[in-house]
Amino acid sequence: MSDDIKVDLELDLKGLLCPLPMVRVSQNITNVPVGGVIRAVATDPGAMADIPAWAQSTGNEIMSAGKEGSEFVFLVKRVK
Amino acid sequence: MDENGKKSLAMVVMSGDMDKLFGAFIIANGAAAMGMDVTMFFTFWGLRAIKKNVSTGKTFFGRMLGAMYGGDIMKANPSKFSFGGLGRWMFGKMMGGHNVQKLSEMRDLAVELGVNMYGCQMSMDVMEIPQEAFIDGVKEPVGVGFFLLKAQDAEIQLFI
Repeated sequence: MSDDIKVDLELDLKGLLCPLPMVRVSQNITNVPVGGVIRAVATDPGAMADIPAWAQSTGNEIMSAGKEGSEFVFLVKRVK
Repeated sequence: MDENGKKSLAMVVMSGDMDKLFGAFIIANGAAAMGMDVTMFFTFWGLRAIKKNVSTGKTFFGRMLGAMYGGDIMKANPSKFSFGGLGRWMFGKMMGGHNVQKLSEMRDLAVELGVNMYGCQMSMDVMEIPQEAFIDGVKEPVGVGFFLLKAQDAEIQLFI
């Protein structure tokens, strides 16, 4: 499914709690070019609500967000 | 909105309680991450949250306050279950066990994220805490007029 998407940056957010998963995504979004993709893996269930809210607020795009085992995996696209 | 069209959050931090400071810095850091312009106005008991671990006070009462309510943000006790410092230790252990950042780390992250922190000039005068007692990154002290100007332009205003 996400195999054909080019990931520019892998972000390990495992073990981090609110608000750090969202903070780390925001700190790293400028490390990928516009149109670039971050693949972020978190273990905090709250990130499932927070990271999409961050994207909505900052005008970036969540390409996918899903649970894989005990982890939450996000594909975040830098829009601007 | 601020002059650059960014949404903004204006917050009064009057409390020096550990739990309330956690709330204040989590919200501030979250808002900064979401691209908001964040103002934190520290007043009265809140001043210790931006203080270095130095002694303060000029007059007898000022020095007494500095001795009884001294130290830095890591001296903050929870608003419930304080038990003379035991509660702080217990919550510290519990939060550490769940990988929650220390309060000082959250505050330093706020500085790093560009959160605008100000001491309230009037409480600084009353409590005899000078600007030099604050950590780097705290802006020059302001008054309520400055805060209200920020607050009336902000989408979110909080009092903690």
